[in-house]
Amino acid sequence: MPDVTSDPLFEAIATNYNYWITIFLMVSGLYIVVARSNMIKSLVGLGIFQTSVYLLYLSPGKILGGSAPILSENVETYSNPLPHVLILTAIVVGVATLALGLALTVRVHEAYGTIEEDEITEIVDREDHAE
Amino acid sequence: MVLLTLLAAITVGIIRTRNLFAVVVLSGAYSFLMASVMIVLDGVDVAMTEASVGAGISTVLVLGALYLTKIQEDPPRYSAFIPLAVCAAAGAMLIYGTWDLPPFGTAAQPVNTHVGAYYIAENARETDIPNIVTAVLASYRGFDTLGEVTVIFTAGIGVMLLLKRWRDV
Amino acid sequence: MILDVILRVAAKMFIPFIIMFGLYVQLHGDFGPGGGFQAGVIIAAAVILYAIVFGKDAAVRMVPKWAVELMVPLGVLIFAGVGVWSLLMGGEYLNYNVLLHAGEPIGTYDAVHGQHWGVFLVEIGVLVTVTGTMLTIFYSFTGRGRPDA
Repeated sequence: MPDVTSDPLFEAIATNYNYWITIFLMVSGLYIVVARSNMIKSLVGLGIFQTSVYLLYLSPGKILGGSAPILSENVETYSNPLPHVLILTAIVVGVATLALGLALTVRVHEAYGTIEEDEITEIVDREDHAE
Repeated sequence: MVLLTLLAAITVGIIRTRNLFAVVVLSGAYSFLMASVMIVLDGVDVAMTEASVGAGISTVLVLGALYLTKIQEDPPRYSAFIPLAVCAAAGAMLIYGTWDLPPFGTAAQPVNTHVGAYYIAENARETDIPNIVTAVLASYRGFDTLGEVTVIFTAGIGVMLLLKRWRDV
Repeated sequence: MILDVILRVAAKMFIPFIIMFGLYVQLHGDFGPGGGFQAGVIIAAAVILYAIVFGKDAAVRMVPKWAVELMVPLGVLIFAGVGVWSLLMGGEYLNYNVLLHAGEPIGTYDAVHGQHWGVFLVEIGVLVTVTGTMLTIFYSFTGRGRPDA
């Protein structure tokens, strides 16, 4: 088999692969939020977008050959702890936003009977024209 | 690498599925895979939080909301071409932006040298806490944590205002 | 129904261990991964498991609504209170170095022990608020009831 690991294309793909997957997740989360009109699915898509941003923050902080940032005696290099702190805050704020969004969706469903945004804009337009 | 490919595959599944119950189960699996990826990237605190919050509480909350609304999503009404084109263009521009990023995992990047290295060096002397992430979260960046606790508090009060029945059921 | 019995017995065996694991994660947050947020979510998950298996009324009898709603601002109060304690001892807000007096030379502070106490109390505040909020949100969602059911 030809030596694959010294091929420059393979090297470019291997070092950048996690950035590309991060961008793919970000773009697909954005697509779900923009293109789907069901509110709960939009919220799930927003969650996917947020988790891809966590990956984007976390990957540059990793040092190859380092270990988790907990001080111990037989370890020499540690990975950078600063992105971990920021992402910890972001995860919890994300779940708080999700809870509020779901509560709003439940109230919208009780008021209009549906959670598809197309149907809700139609109902609102009809009410506006009827006045 | 395998984990990342699985993540992408699950995301495609979430986009295509129309039954919302299946979407919830898939998003739980997605959170679990994301926590595994985070462990590989040495973020153990972050992985534990993502696993417990994403795969635990998020799933319960979305299931609770699904119980109160409906389960099947309607087929899309407009053609999906324009959003796809916009997202693909944004993705292409971002990928073009990653060519200039420093190579993965080196210690000499600007993100790893200034403040991060200071925290690792000074932590044992100033606070005697082995877990650097907890020390930074609670002591060096304590104001951010205060703001975060306030955000959680506000979310709890907001949900109570929206959904609580004051005449007790 | 036999499946019901299996669920009840299994849940009764698991829930104490889940709560104990949550407390372990909280108190060992200094020495390994862990801390307030993870522990709060784990303890809330134990109560939610109890509510799922045994019914919402049993869970509300076990952890009443007024207690859960009291926990939500109590954590924020503990956190802010640590800051005010720093102010009263003469330092800036949330400066943990000035929390405790040192032994012999009167007027100096024990910085390292102050840091330990500060982080410990702050994590307890975070735990209380996160548990209270997750349980409040869960009770609100399940207490609503469908309008047509």
